[in-house]
Amino acid sequence: MIAGSKLERAINSGEFVVTGELGPPKGADIEEMKHHAEGMRNHVEAYNITDNQTAIVRTSSIACGKTLVDMDLEPIIQIVVRDRNRICIQSDVLGAHAMGIKNILCLAGDHQSFGNEPGSKGVYDIDSMQLIKGLKDMRDEKKFMGGDDVEGEFSCFLGAVENPFADPFEYRVDRLEKKIEAGASFIQTQCIFDLERFERWMELVRERGLHERCAILGGVTPMKSLGAARYMKNNVSGITIPDSLVDRLKGAEKKKEEGLKIAIETIERLKEIEGVAGVHIMAIAWEEVVPEIVERAGLYPRPKF
Amino acid sequence: MIIAERKPLEEIAAMAAPYEKVCVLGCNTCVAVCMAGGEKEAEETAALLRIHRKKNNIDGVVEVSSIERQCEYEMIDEFLEKLKEYDIIVSLACGVGVQTMVDHVPSLRVVPGLNTTSMGYPTEQGVWKENCLGCGNCVLHLTMGICPITRCCKSILNGPCGGSAEGKCELGKDVDCAWQLIHDRLAAFGRVGELAEIQPPKDWSTSHHGGARTTVREDVRIDRGE
Repeated sequence: MIAGSKLERAINSGEFVVTGELGPPKGADIEEMKHHAEGMRNHVEAYNITDNQTAIVRTSSIACGKTLVDMDLEPIIQIVVRDRNRICIQSDVLGAHAMGIKNILCLAGDHQSFGNEPGSKGVYDIDSMQLIKGLKDMRDEKKFMGGDDVEGEFSCFLGAVENPFADPFEYRVDRLEKKIEAGASFIQTQCIFDLERFERWMELVRERGLHERCAILGGVTPMKSLGAARYMKNNVSGITIPDSLVDRLKGAEKKKEEGLKIAIETIERLKEIEGVAGVHIMAIAWEEVVPEIVERAGLYPRPKF
Repeated sequence: MIIAERKPLEEIAAMAAPYEKVCVLGCNTCVAVCMAGGEKEAEETAALLRIHRKKNNIDGVVEVSSIERQCEYEMIDEFLEKLKEYDIIVSLACGVGVQTMVDHVPSLRVVPGLNTTSMGYPTEQGVWKENCLGCGNCVLHLTMGICPITRCCKSILNGPCGGSAEGKCELGKDVDCAWQLIHDRLAAFGRVGELAEIQPPKDWSTSHHGGARTTVREDVRIDRGE
């Protein structure tokens, strides 16, 4: 065991893992997020807490992580390198550790020009790879990035993201390996709509045995409407949605039900792919549907970890 | 070279409005090549400024001059007596030129007529691309001559990120993904395996983040004596 988190125990058990995602409030009312968290309590092992996703100002991921800890739930806090330099990031993860947060997901973050403060200065002092390596070294070597000793026992279960749908495709598996080398114990992928491409990527992953060196959780997002699908297809960086899927949604009478069906089918396919350790369900702005997806995908009740 | 573009006329006119004797001063090197602040652009700007002032009933004169390089003391000196006659100098040099002028001759009032945008090069007539941020610790040998500090919008040293699609950056279709370019060049030279090495955090102290930089070359300094 590295950090002794519930997520780590779930992954080590070899069971098919389910994680969810919560977007902190765009303001001071945290009750809705708590309500969504409560709604998935028995359906997910842990919750990603996004870090100012799409560069929109929200309540801090660490503060929301602490809120979950207080509810006896398991947060995976996201840390992006867009808004903080290495001084702040290292300080913040120590703060997160002090508050009982055990899982950290390292990522670059969407460029600040996409958000509601497009005139802000992007920090990008370090990149996501250096973030993973830096936090691993704080934990394993007891060294800060600058070389000073870390006092006390700092631990964290480290994750990273990978996008099999980004380019260059042939480099995406190399990059996964690099993230594992840097220190990632688990990987959450970008939302999977193009299963064919995901399966090709997984083949390459298995060829190199990377699935045995880290837990790969496939990203799944239910499409709530045709508009949502089109928005994601055209506006969300790193997401690919095949036209056939958009057409299927377009042709369906009940869009929501069809969107759910697509998500459930995706999970069922992912369960069959060797090397996929679980799913990460991202139902931002449709959180209440997560229990139904988990149940209909045959993943309920969840084992106790 | 240094790339710049002219400020909106309204902004220049507002800066010059309180003054009677105005000089629009061109700079004939970088900003002349990028067609922002050379002799020709200085003439044009002065002409527009005259019309603008006339329309707004502002008295005075707007004259034009240009210096080979406003960023060199010796070249400023050649025009110094003339420059001292003006109430205000609208410099069409880059930010370096404006500051060299006020540093060298503190009595001059100098305002910027350009916005300095970048260090870069022209790719075609009318198009200039930034490709160096002057970070003080060049990594181009690692990245096949393509600068990720400048050309990747996240200055990633271990790219490409998950926003790279079809060779383009997540910023949009008109921005190339620098890491796709680096990857392709490494692949063409059979060196793509080099990307497996984790590049450590960059030491930004050599860049602007270490404060404004002074470069000293003792070997070429002239001992002026005391």
